[in-house]
Amino acid sequence: MARYVVNRLAQAVMLLVIVSAIGFALLHLAPGGPLSQFAASAQMTQEDLDRVTRQLGLDRPLPIQYLDWFGRMLKGDWGKSYRDGEAVLSVISSHLGATLELMTTATIIAVLLGGWIGILGALRRYSLFDSLATVGAMIALSIPTFWFGLVAIYVFSVKLGWLPAGNRQTIGDGSFLDLLHHLIAPALVLALVETAMWGRFMRSSMLEVISQDYIRTARAKGMPEWRILTVHALRNALLPMITVAGLQFPTLLGGALVAETVFTWPGMGRLFLDSIGYRDYPVVMGILMFSATMVLIGSLLADILYAVVDPRIRVG
Amino acid sequence: MTAATLSTVQLAPGQAAWRRFRRHRLALAGAVIILVLVLGSAFGPYLLPFDDTYIDIMKRFAPPLSGAHILGTDELGRDVLARLMMGGRVSLSIGIVAMVIAMAVGVVVGAFAGFYGGVVGAVLMRLVDAVLCFPTIFLLLALAALTEPGLVTTTILIAATAWMAVARVVEAQVRSLREREFAVAALAFGSSNLRIMFRELVPNAIAPIVVAATLNVAKAILLESYVSYLGYGIQPPAASWGNMLNNAQIYLTSAPWLAIAPGVAITLAVTSFNFLGDGLRDALDPRLNIP
Repeated sequence: MARYVVNRLAQAVMLLVIVSAIGFALLHLAPGGPLSQFAASAQMTQEDLDRVTRQLGLDRPLPIQYLDWFGRMLKGDWGKSYRDGEAVLSVISSHLGATLELMTTATIIAVLLGGWIGILGALRRYSLFDSLATVGAMIALSIPTFWFGLVAIYVFSVKLGWLPAGNRQTIGDGSFLDLLHHLIAPALVLALVETAMWGRFMRSSMLEVISQDYIRTARAKGMPEWRILTVHALRNALLPMITVAGLQFPTLLGGALVAETVFTWPGMGRLFLDSIGYRDYPVVMGILMFSATMVLIGSLLADILYAVVDPRIRVG
Repeated sequence: MTAATLSTVQLAPGQAAWRRFRRHRLALAGAVIILVLVLGSAFGPYLLPFDDTYIDIMKRFAPPLSGAHILGTDELGRDVLARLMMGGRVSLSIGIVAMVIAMAVGVVVGAFAGFYGGVVGAVLMRLVDAVLCFPTIFLLLALAALTEPGLVTTTILIAATAWMAVARVVEAQVRSLREREFAVAALAFGSSNLRIMFRELVPNAIAPIVVAATLNVAKAILLESYVSYLGYGIQPPAASWGNMLNNAQIYLTSAPWLAIAPGVAITLAVTSFNFLGDGLRDALDPRLNIP
């Protein structure tokens, strides 16, 4: 087990190095490169720029610059936003809560609903329910999230007036009920794609498990069907879902960006788009690196957790 | 074994695949819808009396089915159907061209990684893993922010964020095919590595590649709609299904039809390519039948 974890950790560190190299390359692709936040200012003369270039060490060889940049990233110095001079990491963390709230809610909905649909579909394979669920999942995966959001706003806010059309809270309010009221629509919109994915994976996992020999043995022993399903089948079918959670993470994060845009939700995705609009490259690169690191840690945790609950994985 | 299965065995592989495909009704429906969308976008604009960029301020926000404008007009009085068709040209072309580029990159990277294995394979596949760490939309938008938006850039950027899945598929296929007798035989005959890779191994992995390509078109159309909706893809006055939705949100209360037509078009196209890919997977390679 320890060996597996160490192995997996080494892989993750190597990936982080490549990920950071991509991030570094993108930073240098930006107009003005890492200097963009100074180059954008009209008061800077060429002499000033040259001086800043030397002061920031941008005249050094690229590999040295990369190591320096990477070292500062590890220490938490991710540069400053050139909109307000705030440290990039603190700008990100002040928007992270709203995004996590949205993502967590959507995941809970998706796991419960998708899991239920997937299990039922597997148990009644090729039934009407199963066929409808399969087709429905495919359509759900094909609907652009932002458009589904627009439709939801039109129906539930414009026509029915049940839900607010955006934002995280009513200004001046902010009670639990008010927050919940604002959360419903964006969370459901984000949960649509997730539910479809979870349903599909849950269905195939359950189908695989119930065709196993030990399920047949349990039936042969005369064990009651509900007990076979809950104790034997479901427990084993749920295991691969840990991996699914890890794999789903990038899609979830991307979906959150889109849902946040449509519903003017003050999270990381919204911040990302605003920063692109302002050409605030330090924040854009910061969020890009931050999200990639989150994805990396997510898949690392999923793999380790899976190895903990399923001893078969540790070999290899 | 019944007579039916026996007769299937005697069919040529192509015929057997066609039979399996025909049974997949949704894939067939998808193929028909794609054909209609492609033909409609290609020839439709010639049949309409309106130009997609013609501004008619007197006829702003005409609702659908009012007079000559079948799908109504937008905030500048432009005909929505004409824009939908011209937008279809853009969105479908981006979907297909981006797929071709992504496939080319993915197949080459996957073939090299799978064939050479070792350090080359490890480095290439870790690169694939690393790019996959970035949520696609974040990466796409960041790249779009660094470049001048337009048809060509959007297409290339979408391809740049979509080749990794193909590389993974091809790598796995090539790695296993490399050990098979026909590959070893080709090596014994003195074929060059490149020849073995692209004349022997890749053609034998064509089934999963075709499936991946079809699903890739769906993904590319979806991505185009995301970037253009967010304002970093196709720029007005040119229409794309994504950028038609860009303004639709503002007029959602007064002119909801502006949001409906392009959204339905995107969903139809993406669903059709996804079902087509699913059907092709069943038809070309029954072993790949993963739900």
